[in-house]
Amino acid sequence: MTDTADRVEKETPPTGPQLRVAGMEFDLDFARWRDFSLVPVIFVLGVIGFIVSPAFLTSDNLIGVVQQSTELGLLVLGEALILISGRMDLSLESTIGVAPVIALWLVLPASGRFTGLELLPSWMSVPVCLAVGGLIGLLNGFLILKLRVNGFIATLGMLTMLRGLHVGISEGQSIVTVPDSFAYLGRADWVGVPAAVWLCLGLFAIGGVVLGYFRHGRALYAIGGNPEAARAAGIRVDRITWVVLCVGGMLAAFAGVLYTGHYGSVSANQGNGWIFQVFAAAVIGGISLRGGRGTLFGALTGVLTLQLVINVMTLGGVPALWTQFINGAIIIVALVISRFASGEKQD
Amino acid sequence: MHAAVRAEGVVKRFGPTTALDGVDLTVRPGEAHALVGRNGAGKSTLVSVLTGMARPDAGSVTFGGEPAPPYGDTSAWRAKAACVYQKSMIVPDLTVAENLYLGRFPGTGPIRWRELRARARELLAEYGVDVEPGERAKDLGVEQRQFVEIARALSFGARLIILDEPTARLDAGGIERLFAKLRELQEQGVAFLFISHHLQEVYELCDTVTVYRDARHIVTAPVAELPKAELVAAMTGEGAVADGASAALVSQAGEPVEEREPVLRTEGLALAGAYEPVDLAVRPGEVLGLAGAAASGNTAIGETLVGMRAPDGGRISVGGRAVRTGSVPDALEAGIGYVPEDRHRQGLVLTRSVAENATLTVADQLGPYGTVLPSRTREFAQGMIDSLDIKTSGPGQEVTGLSGGNQQKVVIARALARDPGVLVAIRPTAGVDVKSKDALLGVVRRVADGGAAAVIVSDELDDLRVCDRVLVLFHGRTVAEFGSGWSDRELVAAMEGFVPGAGDGVAAGKTEES
Repeated sequence: MTDTADRVEKETPPTGPQLRVAGMEFDLDFARWRDFSLVPVIFVLGVIGFIVSPAFLTSDNLIGVVQQSTELGLLVLGEALILISGRMDLSLESTIGVAPVIALWLVLPASGRFTGLELLPSWMSVPVCLAVGGLIGLLNGFLILKLRVNGFIATLGMLTMLRGLHVGISEGQSIVTVPDSFAYLGRADWVGVPAAVWLCLGLFAIGGVVLGYFRHGRALYAIGGNPEAARAAGIRVDRITWVVLCVGGMLAAFAGVLYTGHYGSVSANQGNGWIFQVFAAAVIGGISLRGGRGTLFGALTGVLTLQLVINVMTLGGVPALWTQFINGAIIIVALVISRFASGEKQD
Repeated sequence: MHAAVRAEGVVKRFGPTTALDGVDLTVRPGEAHALVGRNGAGKSTLVSVLTGMARPDAGSVTFGGEPAPPYGDTSAWRAKAACVYQKSMIVPDLTVAENLYLGRFPGTGPIRWRELRARARELLAEYGVDVEPGERAKDLGVEQRQFVEIARALSFGARLIILDEPTARLDAGGIERLFAKLRELQEQGVAFLFISHHLQEVYELCDTVTVYRDARHIVTAPVAELPKAELVAAMTGEGAVADGASAALVSQAGEPVEEREPVLRTEGLALAGAYEPVDLAVRPGEVLGLAGAAASGNTAIGETLVGMRAPDGGRISVGGRAVRTGSVPDALEAGIGYVPEDRHRQGLVLTRSVAENATLTVADQLGPYGTVLPSRTREFAQGMIDSLDIKTSGPGQEVTGLSGGNQQKVVIARALARDPGVLVAIRPTAGVDVKSKDALLGVVRRVADGGAAAVIVSDELDDLRVCDRVLVLFHGRTVAEFGSGWSDRELVAAMEGFVPGAGDGVAAGKTEES
C-alpha cells in the first residue's frame, strides 16, 4: 500500500509539489504575520500621539522615545532569550543597578564623594560591569540547574539580595561620578542618533540572527518547547540554558552601563520595579511564558509599544498622579489586543 | 429494553472539516462495545459528543431512551456517560477520597475528613476497587487510577463508561486485572465503549465492534462474526493485506546475518534497580527485540544505549568504537539513532514545525559555521517527508497538527536524520493506527536491511514480530531468547515470567536461530 501511495505522489506531475510549496510559503507568511501583530498598535499610538500633540512627530521626540527604550529593551532582550528557553530570571532588574555599582566601586578612587577601592584602572569599568552581570547569571544557573531549586523563587531571592548589595556598597547614596567609557556609551551620538540606540538595535539584530539561523539559537526553542525532547535529540540542555542565563545577566549589566552613562549617576533604586515592565513588554510582544515561542522582533515591538504609551501620555498632559494607573490599564489592553491578534492563548 | 446510548445521524463539523458525517452508534446495557478506526476517523469527536463536551451540528443522542441533557449541563451529562481518558483527569496531589468527591463534598460547612474517607471507602468497596482512600492519587498505579476514575464515574450515576486507550500504559498483568474488573461491572449492567488501537484486546473483551472511517460509520457487527482481516479491511478501506504486509517486514538480507561482525555491542552493562548486567551483540541487518512488561528493565536498557540514562557499569561500543555512556551527544556521534518511548514527552517539540523537529539532531549539518539555513532545513525535511510518506501540508506545519502516526514518523525522521548505524526504538508504534504501524515497522526493517543494526524495545507482539531475535526481560533479567519462529503464547508467557520449563525457552530459542 505504501507503494501505491508513493506512485500516486510521483505520478501527479508538477502541480503536486508546486501546490505544496505554495502552501508552505503561505504557512511561513502566516507565521511571520503573528510577529507583526503589534505593528498596527504602534501605528495607532502614533496617530493618537500626532492628534494629541504636534511635538510628537518631531525627530527630537521620537529619538527621545527610542533612547528611553534602549535600557528596557536590553533587559527585554535578555529576558526574552531566557523565556524562550523555558526559564525566567527576575533578578535582571537588580543586575542593571548592582553591576555598574560594583564596577564603579572597584574603579573609582577613594577621594571623591563615593569611597571607591581604585583596585582596577578606569578602562576596566565596562568589562568588569559585564563580568559582574555574567557572574550573576552563572550563580542563577548554579541555583536553577545544579541545585534544581525553583527558578522563580531563586531569582526572586537574587533580586532582593542584589538590591541589598547595591544599597550596601553605595551606602544608599547616588554615585555621581562615572568613568568616561560609561559616559561616552550613554551620551555619544552616532550619525545623529544616540550610540545606545545603535548598540541596542545591533544586539537585537545579532540576537535575531542567532535565534533564527544558528543551531545554538534554534536549540533555545527546542529546549523551551520540550526539554526532554531536546535532550533526546542530543542537545546539551543544561549547558545552553546556563549560557543563556549568563548572556541575560550580561545584557542587563550592559543596560546598566548605558543607563548610568546617560544620566551620569547611579541612584540607589536604579532598575527598581522594572521587571514588571520587562515581562509586560515580552508577553505583549508574543514571547510565551511557557517557553519555546516568540521572536525578538516581537519583543522589540513590545518595548516600543510600552514606551510610546508613556510618551503619548506625557505629551497629552496626563496628570502625573494618574500615569501609573493608565500605564497599567494600557498594558492590559495591549495584552488583550496582542492575544487576539496572534490568536494564541498566553497562559 | 432501551439502549444505554443511541446516537443517530450525528454530524459535527469544525470549520471546513467534517469530523462526523451522520454516524450511528448503539450500545446496549451491559455490553462491551468497541469503537475502532484509524486516527482521524472521528472517534474522539464522538466521545466529545457523547460526554457533552461538544454539541453536534445534527443528529440525536439518547441515553436509556431519554433524550440527552442540554448542551452545557455538565452535571446532567456526568450522570449519563463518563470517559476515562488516556490523560488522567484526577488531581495528583489530592487524596483518592477528595478526588472522588471533588466539587460535591457531602454536607455544608467544614469538610469532615473522617466521614469523607469512610464514604469513599464504601464507594470503592461497592465497585470492588481495592484502593486506600487516604492515599494520594499520584501514588496510585495506572490501573488503580483508572479504577478510581471508573468508580467516580459510576458514582455519578453514569451507566456508560467510555475507555479511551485504557491499556496503552498498562502491562499485561494490569490489562488482565482491568478486563476482569470490566467484565464484573458489565454483569451489573454497566455498558462500556472501548476505544483502542489494540485489535487483539477488542477480540478479548468486546461483544460488538463498530468501525468508523473518514468520519463515517462503516460497519457494526458482533466481534465473533468479523474476522481480524475483515476488521482491518473495514478500518483501512482496502482489501485484507495484513499477511502481505507482515511478509514484507521479514528480513531481506542477502548474506546470512550471523556471519557479519556485530555493530552494537554491550559488555556487562548494568544499572542497579533497573536491570542486571547484560551483554548484547547486534549485527548489521539484524533487528533485535527487547521484550518485557512495564518495569522489566527493557526500556531502561534502551535508554541506556542512547545515553539518556547513565549505567552503573559496563561498556557500549558501536563498530568497535567505545561510546561514552550517559551522554546523548556522544551516542549520536557514534551513530546511535533514538526513537523515544513517549513522543510527547521526549520525541517532539510540539510548538515547532515538522522541519525543525525532523532536523533537531542534524542542526550541525545544515550550514557552515554553526548556522542553520532555512532553505537547507526545508530541503532536508522535505526529503524526509517524501521518503517516510509523512502526511503534512509542508515542512512549515506545526507538529501539533499531525495525526499520531505522522507525528511518530517525524520522531523517526529525527532518529534517521544522521543516518545511524544503530537504531534504538522504544515502543515505536504506541498509540498509532494499524496502517501507520505497518509503515513505521517497515521503516525499521528497511533501515536494518540497509546495513544498520536495530533494537526494538516493546511489549507489543506486532512490534516484536519484525525482529529477527527477541530477548525477553523479566524483573531486570534476561529470561528467554527466541529466534523468529516464536508463538504469541510463548512470548507473552515469558514476558509474564512464566518461562516454559525454565531454561528450555532459552535453549529452544537458540536452536531455532541456528
